[in-house]
Amino acid sequence: MNNDTSVVTTRDVTGLSTVLFRINGADRALDIDLRSTLLDALREKLQLTGTKKGCDQGTCGACTVIIDGQRVLACLTLAAACEGQDVRTIEGLTSPGALTPLQEAFLECDAFQCGFCTPGQIMSATALVDEVRDGVPSHVTANVSEPVSAESLSVDEIRERMSGNLCRCGAYPNIVAAVQSVLTKENRR
Amino acid sequence: MKAFEYHRAASPTESTAAVATRANAMFFAGGTTLVDLMRIDVLTPDVLVDVNALALQEIEVTDQAIVVGANVRNSPLAWHPAVRDRLPVLTQSILSGATTQIRNMASVAGNIVQRTRCPYFRDVHSACNRRVPQSGCDALDGFNRGHAVLGVSDHCIATHPSDMCVAAALLDAGIRTVRADGTHRTIPFNEFHLLPGDTPHRETVLEHDELITHVVFPTAPIARRSHYLKVRDRASYEFALTSAAVAIQLDGDRIVEARLAIGGVATKPWRCVAAEQSMVGKPATETSFRQAAELALTGAVARHHNAFKIELAKRTIVRAFATITEVPA
Repeated sequence: MNNDTSVVTTRDVTGLSTVLFRINGADRALDIDLRSTLLDALREKLQLTGTKKGCDQGTCGACTVIIDGQRVLACLTLAAACEGQDVRTIEGLTSPGALTPLQEAFLECDAFQCGFCTPGQIMSATALVDEVRDGVPSHVTANVSEPVSAESLSVDEIRERMSGNLCRCGAYPNIVAAVQSVLTKENRR
Repeated sequence: MKAFEYHRAASPTESTAAVATRANAMFFAGGTTLVDLMRIDVLTPDVLVDVNALALQEIEVTDQAIVVGANVRNSPLAWHPAVRDRLPVLTQSILSGATTQIRNMASVAGNIVQRTRCPYFRDVHSACNRRVPQSGCDALDGFNRGHAVLGVSDHCIATHPSDMCVAAALLDAGIRTVRADGTHRTIPFNEFHLLPGDTPHRETVLEHDELITHVVFPTAPIARRSHYLKVRDRASYEFALTSAAVAIQLDGDRIVEARLAIGGVATKPWRCVAAEQSMVGKPATETSFRQAAELALTGAVARHHNAFKIELAKRTIVRAFATITEVPA
């Protein structure tokens, strides 16, 4: 097997496989059943249990992680297909003991109750901030040919952009407030 | 999930060859449909040929078209400045489907070949001619509120779920493919999906070893004035009850050319040519839009729970045209 993960190699395997990928900044080689999702690999093989299994069918967003800069669902991602990719989970957002501005905002705004969906919400919102900084539109953007601005991003925009993350406690108003406060601060910087 | 072999291919040639030799092999791209349906045993491929490493990741903008590699994800296509500017209906349709996470994963080709969301298709204990040929259709007399009223048969009334495909039908997209023997072709989008008829398990004209390499979206001037309107039970992350993709070219208040495709109501992305032709030369008024809407739904067949869709679809069409022409409706 070619150990250089930057080179795509043809592979043909059955049953068990070794997948090489970068997880929270560290290169890892993992023996997995081919049927394993990234979510199960993270939780069962790497003890990275911050990523939650809610629905396990791509509906709730609790398993949101960031791969190569994009937020995705770990429960619909085959671990074997992650070879050579850069996976970031809630554990790898910042150094242990530190908080990102978004995590601080979730605390300040009381943006959760039971906390089960929170890692997914924070991973999703982290990517959302980058997307908004890039000016990309959403379904509720009135004119998609114009870039959106972080400062004036409406509550409707944030709700639409966070619609892939469900919260059974219904902490949505406070989640929106947390995201909005970070977007406003980001813009002032 | 049933066990499978996994093959990561490095080229279209290698991908198609790997699928050609095995009857139950499938191409694997974004996985948002496939992993989901494999987990519930609706799809049971014995070989997955991963095409994600193929060099089909580019969005190429020319004077006449935007050529999209099959592996481009839904989000970057929707967010691309040229798409937003020249094909707003495409951006709007994509952004109205699923969620950012799923759009970041799902490939453009995968969106086109995604499977129906009919609950009886997704439940292996139900009868479904689309999943198991000749097994019957539990939707016909079942809970069919979300089902199709156009393009239906006595064997299947499953709705095509895609929003992007409604825009692709409107825009006369083309689908470029390659097969294991090296033959290429470009399939007109509106000839790509098949009506269910008595073979609902055959959903597209693709052959088993035929790989989508690119989707070509022509950038006709009319597409600059285009719009996608989606009506659904929730404000976000929900499939369409009805939707309309529209484009129009006006001379004063006269309609020079109009285009219309509708979603949520048909077994395939539904282009409405007769309705379009009826609008040419007419004034851009609610009356003209309503007449076109009546034509678009001609031949609609409702089941027990979905008759409301016929009137809702007409109103959706009228509202969509009224929005892009700024005509009160």
